[in-house]
Amino acid sequence: MEQEKSKHKEHGYGIYVLVWLGLIALTSITVSIAGMNFGELALTIALLIAAIKSSLVINYFMHIKYEEPIFKVFLLLSGMTLFVIFVLTFSDLVYR
Amino acid sequence: MSQSETMTVEHGHAHRDDVGAKMGMWLFLLTEVLLFGGMFLAYANYRFMHPQLFRLAALELNTALGTLNTIVLLTSSLTVVLSIVAMKRNSRKLALFYLGTTLVLACVFLTIKYIEWSTKIHHGIYPGSEELLSKTNGEILFFGLYYVMTGLHALHVIIGMIILAFMFVFIYRGSITHDNYVKLENSGLYWHLVDLIWIFLFPLFYLIQ
Repeated sequence: MEQEKSKHKEHGYGIYVLVWLGLIALTSITVSIAGMNFGELALTIALLIAAIKSSLVINYFMHIKYEEPIFKVFLLLSGMTLFVIFVLTFSDLVYR
Repeated sequence: MSQSETMTVEHGHAHRDDVGAKMGMWLFLLTEVLLFGGMFLAYANYRFMHPQLFRLAALELNTALGTLNTIVLLTSSLTVVLSIVAMKRNSRKLALFYLGTTLVLACVFLTIKYIEWSTKIHHGIYPGSEELLSKTNGEILFFGLYYVMTGLHALHVIIGMIILAFMFVFIYRGSITHDNYVKLENSGLYWHLVDLIWIFLFPLFYLIQ
């Protein structure tokens, strides 16, 4: 499977079921971690797991991994926009 | 509004531009990301200002129901993808089956959401209620954000269901075929976005410790 480089690669059912299993596993991990006492780290860990889950959804379910580069540019642009908005807002909030 | 624009792009007659159609859909999805992004920003702001009260308020939420809904939504995303694969392989019945499963799972999601909300409302916790207004500012903000964000998300689930129901009919009538299924793909993208937003809503509301 790794050798195929075609952009319009045809996936079978298998890989999607695997991705789904990964998503379910990550969900149970994030729920059980929330039950433990990680204190300040808890939010970071939860967000990190959410980020991994969303990258799985975006790359495989939304097929971005196999789309043309322009789609990745779109995504990067919106991600950066959000990032800048968050950084600017928090720089105001923290040093107010 | 931009959604109807992408719809017209899809309806190519003699010549189709599937990549263009998908690009239009993605541009629309980015506006959705910014819409929810603003709400996540408000959430981050207020949580930063009232970390302890957010923790306290979150204890009211039912983690089990939230987890169940996460699993339901993730599974519904899988069945949408499987429906596209089935369509590509020209097995219409299977595509209809998977799409139908997605619609059923979406109903399950909304039912669970209904149970969750009505329990809260029974306990007197809803925007503007006396019970809620007697609480601290941080808790009022938490529940305000909870209702607005999960409410807007549920609205997206309903819209997604309507779109997918149309796709179901299109497949049934044969206007989505194994070599012309970009409509189904774009509807799938919308559904995955709904899933994506939930992936972040879930830990931020249900898993605060």
